[in-house]
Amino acid sequence: MRDRAPGRILVVGTSVGGIRTGQALRAAGHTGEVVVVGAEDVTPYDKPPLSKQVLVGSQTAADISLLGPGGWSGDGLTPMTGRAAVRLDPVGKQVILADGEPVDYDAVVLATGAFPRSIPAPEGDLVCTVRELRDAAAIRERFSRGGPVVVVGSGFIGAEVASSARQLGLDATIVEALPEPFARVLGPDVGARISRLHADAGVTVLGSAAVARVESLADGTGVVHLADGRRLPAATVVVGIGVVPGTGWLEGSGLDLGFGVLTDEFCRASGAPDVYAVGDVARWLDVRSGEHRLVEHWTNAVEQANLVAHNLLHPDDLRPYVKAPYFWSDQHGLKIQMVGRIHPDDRVSFLRCTTTAGDKDVALYSRDGGFSAAVVLGWPRAVVACRQAWERGEDLAQITARLSALATATVPVPVG
Amino acid sequence: MQIKADVGKCQGYGNCVDLDPEHFDLDDDGVVVLLQPSVGEAELETSGAAVRSCPVQAIWLADDDA
Repeated sequence: MRDRAPGRILVVGTSVGGIRTGQALRAAGHTGEVVVVGAEDVTPYDKPPLSKQVLVGSQTAADISLLGPGGWSGDGLTPMTGRAAVRLDPVGKQVILADGEPVDYDAVVLATGAFPRSIPAPEGDLVCTVRELRDAAAIRERFSRGGPVVVVGSGFIGAEVASSARQLGLDATIVEALPEPFARVLGPDVGARISRLHADAGVTVLGSAAVARVESLADGTGVVHLADGRRLPAATVVVGIGVVPGTGWLEGSGLDLGFGVLTDEFCRASGAPDVYAVGDVARWLDVRSGEHRLVEHWTNAVEQANLVAHNLLHPDDLRPYVKAPYFWSDQHGLKIQMVGRIHPDDRVSFLRCTTTAGDKDVALYSRDGGFSAAVVLGWPRAVVACRQAWERGEDLAQITARLSALATATVPVPVG
Repeated sequence: MQIKADVGKCQGYGNCVDLDPEHFDLDDDGVVVLLQPSVGEAELETSGAAVRSCPVQAIWLADDDA
C-alpha cells in the first residue's frame, strides 16, 4: 500500500471525468506531472450540450471547452491527445498508446467513458448516435437539410435530440420498444407526464414500437420499418438506446471488469494497484447497498473526479463515494431533475408546491415510508433539498417537510 | 479569493450548493445566489470543487484584487 502521493499521474480520457480529475489534482496542490491521454485530437469539451445547444447552433466547440482560459498549460496538464490508449500493463505501470508508445505512470485514472449502442444500419450516415462533437456536427448538418427526424429510444439523449429537432422546426418522432415511453428510468407515471410534454411540443411518441430495420433511399433519406409493419420516413435517424462502458482496451490487463471497471468505494480498481476509475466507465462499490453500481451521469463523473484527486493525494484519509445519484435533462424548455434511484415497487406521489416563481411539481418515490427518489420539474431549489435529504437517509415525511418549508403551499395532485 | 457569478449563465443545476452551501444558494427561479463571495485559504478546496462542478461555468474564482 502506497503511503504518499504518487509523482506522475496519468489520466486516460479527455471528457469531463478525466479533465476534472487533472484540474482537481492541481487545485489540491499536486506538484508532480499530470499527463492526459485521449483518443480525440481536439480541445477537451463538455458533452451535455451535444444533444442540445450544439445541435440547435446556440453553442460551438469554443463555448464548451473543459479547460480553463489558459488552456492545457494554464491548467497544468500535459496533453497526449489524438492517440487512443490500447492496453494497460499494471505490472510495468504503463499505458500503451495506439502507435505503440508506452507511457509510464505512478498512478493511473481510467476515464474512458462509454460508447453508444446502435442498431443495424445501412451504409452511410443516415443513422447517427451522439457521443462526440463530430457526431453532433454531422447531425446538425443533416438537420439543416430538413426533417423528418426519427429518434430511436426514449432515454434522455433521444428526448433531448427530439426537443432540439422541434426547436429547429423539424417534425420529430420518438420510437420506444417498451410499451411505456420514458418509463425505464422515471417509472410509468412520470413517464406518462413526459410523454405529454413531448406531445404538446409536437413530437409524435410511439410506444411498443420496435425497429425491424432501417432502409436507406437513393436521395440520402430513409425509412424506419417497425416490427408491426408501420413505416416512418426519416431524413435522419438518431439512436439513443443506452451505452456500453469503454473497457475493451482493458481486456487482459488483470483488472476486474464487469460492464465497467470494478472499483472499491474509494474508486480504486480491483485487480491492480494504483489504478482508479471515474465516471461512465467505473462500477464502484456503493457501501449503502453493498452492490456495485455504474452511473452514467455528468455530476457523478465530476464528483468522482474530485474524490479520486483527494484519494490519490491523501492515501491516509480515503473518502468513499456516497453521493446521491443526480441528473438533469432539458426538454422543450422544461428542466427535469432527478435525485436518487427508483425501485420497481416504489409508490409515487405528486406534490404541487406554490413558490414565488409559480407552481412547481415534484414526484416523490417511496417504499415503506423511505425516500428513494424524486423527479423535480422546473424547480432547482427543491433539487438541492432532495439531494441533501437522500444523502442523509431521510424518509418521505422528512423530504416532504423540507419541500413544504421551501413553498408557500403544498398540495398533493393526481399522479400521471 | 472571490467567487464571481454570471447569473445569466446559471441553469440551476445546483451542484455548487450541494458541494458548498456556505457560499452558494439558489433562489426560487433556480438562479445562483452568492451567500458569501469571499473564500478563505481553508475553504479553497471546497469552493474550487463547487466551481469545477458547474456544468455551464457560471461561477469562477478570481484574485481578491481582480
